[in-house]
Amino acid sequence: MVDLSRVGAVFTGTAPYAVSRAKITEFADAVGARSPLHHSPEAAVEAGYSDVVAPPTFAVVIAQRAESEYIADPASGIDFSRVVHANEGFTHTRPLVAGDLVSTAVHVDGLTERAGITMVTTRTEITDDGGAHVATVVSTLAVRGESA
Amino acid sequence: MSLGADTEVGTELFTQTRVLDRARLVRYAGASGDFNPIHWNERFATEVGLPGVIAHGMLTMGVAGAALTDWLGDPGRLVSYGCRFTRPVVVPDPGEVEVVVRAVVGSLDAEAGTARIDLTVSVDGSTVLGKAQAHVTVA
Repeated sequence: MVDLSRVGAVFTGTAPYAVSRAKITEFADAVGARSPLHHSPEAAVEAGYSDVVAPPTFAVVIAQRAESEYIADPASGIDFSRVVHANEGFTHTRPLVAGDLVSTAVHVDGLTERAGITMVTTRTEITDDGGAHVATVVSTLAVRGESA
Repeated sequence: MSLGADTEVGTELFTQTRVLDRARLVRYAGASGDFNPIHWNERFATEVGLPGVIAHGMLTMGVAGAALTDWLGDPGRLVSYGCRFTRPVVVPDPGEVEVVVRAVVGSLDAEAGTARIDLTVSVDGSTVLGKAQAHVTVA
């Protein structure tokens, strides 16, 4: 059973994430992002960035790593074998670029149960090493109960 | 065709077809760190009641988002992007599946300097993402 009392909890125990050129290129190849700005530091610099730029959904790598501090903890009551990803959203102040060292805070924004399905909504705030906001990732998981 | 402040609402920016196969699912699992076996193990997927191995929802979302930012030229123009995962994308073996991404201007906000792009992402004529929308800056 999902512990519904944890709405409002915040998790900040995940170590900072270092965004690398290699991971950006690997992710870009996986989603078929062909812009040279993902692959060529020279092209990225020419376009005004400090290094290669992450594809639009790259922040999920950072967010899912951070969300696991909450979701994978048995105390959350979330049985991952009964989970379906319901929705995902990204809001960027700026794109992630190689060389970023970012920190995360995962907020449990919603835990609602209806007809045996619990909707678990987390919001992960991603900030750079200067404390400035980079991106917000909102994710909702649908967790089927024992009888659903 | 380019996207600017004078682009009319309803304008189609592009329709593109992107292809997914099992190798791409494995590649995405490694790149994203999402190793849920429903995305690579046929036996496991069918045991949990799925019709077969399915693509990560985030892969389909990522493919559609990449199609948009590749078209825009600068991935930094993307301000926000969201969707619901409404239908699983079954990826056959052997074989591949075609994901069709259509992008239309949904609205323009001259003050904010942004446009809402509505993405229709479909497989075999059925949409697989719900309310897939991105906000991007307009030149």
